[in-house]
Amino acid sequence: MSEQPPFTRREFLNTGLALMAASASVPAFLAHSSQALAQSGGLQRNAPGVPSERVLVVVQLSGGNDGLNTVIPFGDRAYHNARPRLAIGEDDILNLNHRDGLGLHPNLQPIHDLIGEGRCSIVQGVGYPNPNRSHFASMDVWHTGDALGGRGHGWIGKAMDQSAKPGDGMPVISIGAEAPLATQGQRVKPVAFESSDLFRFAGRDLHPAVSETYDRLQEQPPPAADDNAAFIYRTALNAQVASARVRDAVAGRAATSFPRTGLGRQLEAVAKMIRAELPTRVYYVALGGFDTHANQTQAHDRLMTEFGAAMQAFDRELQATGHADRVVTLAFSEFGRRVAQNASNGTDHGAAGPMFLFGSNLKAPGLVGKHPSLTKLDQGDLIFHTDFRQVYAELLDGWMKLDAAAALGRRYPRVGVI
Amino acid sequence: MRYPGMAATTSLKPIPASSFGSARARHLLIRAGFAPFPDQIRDTAALGLDRAVDRAVRYQQVDAASLAGPDIDPDVIRPPNAEELQLRRTDRDAFRREVLRRLGQDRRMIVQLRQWWLQRMFDTPRPAEESLTLLWHSHFASRHRNVRDTYLMYQQNEFFRTNANGSFADLARGIVRDPAMLKFLNNDRNVARRPNENLSRELMELFTLGEGHYTENDIKQGARALTGYHVSDNDFVFRERQHDDGAKAILGRRGTYDGDDFVELLLRRPQCSRYIAFKLYRHFVADVDDDERHWPRDVRSVIEQLATRLRKSKYELQPVLATLFKSQHFHDPEVVGRKIKSPVQLVVGTVRATGAPTRSAARINRAMAMMGQELFEPPSVAGWDTGRAWINTSTLFVRQNLCTYLITGKDPQRDRWSRASVDYDPMGLLAGVDLQPQPVVDHLVDVLLGEHIPPAQREPLVRFMKDRTSGVTADSVIALLVLITAMPEYQLC
Repeated sequence: MSEQPPFTRREFLNTGLALMAASASVPAFLAHSSQALAQSGGLQRNAPGVPSERVLVVVQLSGGNDGLNTVIPFGDRAYHNARPRLAIGEDDILNLNHRDGLGLHPNLQPIHDLIGEGRCSIVQGVGYPNPNRSHFASMDVWHTGDALGGRGHGWIGKAMDQSAKPGDGMPVISIGAEAPLATQGQRVKPVAFESSDLFRFAGRDLHPAVSETYDRLQEQPPPAADDNAAFIYRTALNAQVASARVRDAVAGRAATSFPRTGLGRQLEAVAKMIRAELPTRVYYVALGGFDTHANQTQAHDRLMTEFGAAMQAFDRELQATGHADRVVTLAFSEFGRRVAQNASNGTDHGAAGPMFLFGSNLKAPGLVGKHPSLTKLDQGDLIFHTDFRQVYAELLDGWMKLDAAAALGRRYPRVGVI
Repeated sequence: MRYPGMAATTSLKPIPASSFGSARARHLLIRAGFAPFPDQIRDTAALGLDRAVDRAVRYQQVDAASLAGPDIDPDVIRPPNAEELQLRRTDRDAFRREVLRRLGQDRRMIVQLRQWWLQRMFDTPRPAEESLTLLWHSHFASRHRNVRDTYLMYQQNEFFRTNANGSFADLARGIVRDPAMLKFLNNDRNVARRPNENLSRELMELFTLGEGHYTENDIKQGARALTGYHVSDNDFVFRERQHDDGAKAILGRRGTYDGDDFVELLLRRPQCSRYIAFKLYRHFVADVDDDERHWPRDVRSVIEQLATRLRKSKYELQPVLATLFKSQHFHDPEVVGRKIKSPVQLVVGTVRATGAPTRSAARINRAMAMMGQELFEPPSVAGWDTGRAWINTSTLFVRQNLCTYLITGKDPQRDRWSRASVDYDPMGLLAGVDLQPQPVVDHLVDVLLGEHIPPAQREPLVRFMKDRTSGVTADSVIALLVLITAMPEYQLC
């Protein structure tokens, strides 16, 4: 397992000159430090830490996506019976498997295309035992991989704990104000920002002299010991470099074009950071609004459009920039929805649902596993046949080369998607 | 995880009274409560060691009657009344809408409660009371998100506050009868026929003994003891018919224990005193690892001594805290200025130490969530991680930007900013100080970072002030405060 290259002073020195060329916004003091230390013999000869490592992108569909109107069992009469006002007509559905009568929501043409190209798998009937139908509780289960909700640490964080140190660069980046529980490790804490222009010291805007003095204050030689002060100096230095690199990466133009939607913008930023080869192994984004209790059709149609278009644009951009082979993307929701619609033309919280995987390295593109039965139900809900932790384990072991058993507390049988 | 540098003295003997000057007074105030305003440092130093520590620890002597309580309606979340039960039969959808309406109202109420607690921390003349309440909130952690009843969270918060510097034994006894905790850990579903182990497990693992000091069978038997410890609306209720009154074997003893007996068994274990000593040490003294195998020798020694004293005092906290706050270990240079501030300490300390306006509560809370510490929403029953877990490249910017916001009113979301948004006069901080660059910098660094900060670290600040053509003005002092609060040392206390 290779060590995650952190933005330490040394790493900065290694990449310093390249960074200077690429970045106008790196504070001047970093250039001074780099020169001073280079003269004192601190410059390492080995090559800069180019991140050729594999990347995982997680797209969280928050609120409970209606899996039945995403991957649609149009050939099953029970589907139409359970949803007199919400069922989507066979003529509109994007056919995937005619024999079993399965297809995609009409607005998921981009995902239909990706499946045709062998770049998307949809694992059906994913869930966990004794499903919890509360958003928070179920989200906690998905984030921690622990049916009891865990101890405040998530599956990604616990996996990343094995290789990174606290304060190291930015092994995990989450776009959004609050970092998701999934990315919280005991030692690894995710870097989180709503937009890259907030990932900086805002006091710089007050006055040029404040900005200059701020740089000078962070320039103090870091204390020698590995105490908390040294830790904070190191993190502060990392923060300056990380801020400059993230903002430079995101300020550039994408090679292709992205839809101007929330998810489109987030994935555009992620694609740019991947292209800039940040030392980041996991990116986390979210699309909300899936909690469609009333008048679902319009809202869900719009979400399907946003989701499909953004995922395809992201894939196109990764291909155009030559990074597609080192990225796998996972999309999940905390639960599916009930089979039967409710009286308000919506659906209530359910259980099992489909999980999406995107990338060039998929073993089984298309639909994976059987669609859960619509007649054999648990309290009106679909019964899962694939535990979501099986997919996590495969992503961690098979793709990220991290110890899945350490992150999830036990081994899980493979699904065979990666 | 703690500094491997020089080991600190492990003595809990008091420092010489004569050595208790402004530096040590500041250390006491910032660690026992929150960062102090300059005049508090002077007043505390003038009291002398014994009286200063006594005032911090036995804070009931300080009048806090002016602090108002929150306006929390106890009946927003309650069992359905007869009319509502009727509605549930006749119009399920209407009933569901009413339930959702009440939950929405409750979510707005928790926002108010959160603001109330933060404001209380800003205003209180008994900072140690709030600091201890926060410690117990993280030790016996419940989340509003799961409990979904603001009044129960408030009731729990008041329970922690009432017992904050009392006896840990009373806290442990009370927590198994606390409605918010019973709901949070599903003990309201723990019945003789189907025991639920959640509370039993956490009671041992997180509240009293720590991991590895009990068996799975102890958890099962303990769960039986806790059957029937239920909630009725806002109150604890013991449902005898749901209680398993058979014999249980817990931690090598046998009896027809109930939940209260179970707690007494746990309190009698010496391990409980060690575990609580560790929690007190981590809250007040140093960032130490959860795993005791990683404790340096000096830390281990001090925690053992504190545990012995806790046993001797029968878990009374005041004598133990007084000993600790006077001790040579607590005042050792290897301890002073080396602990990472929690988001609460950072926010509350900045407002209290600078006298900056409290500004928008919503914006402050948003920043606290981004820094990882939203009150009443600890990440799990294990409470908040501490120490280095608070700091990474993104939370460091949020910390700096929040301080800038408190001092200047500048919203980090907006590039533009005007002098009019400042609405803060910092000159009160400089009472009695010669308004020249060097003395002004020295005074503010001494107050906000500590007297131990060497001249080299102060030099860029002095240069900044010397370069200001208009001299020491409100504007330049505000800029200076922005710079000081953005220094790496400001993250420490």
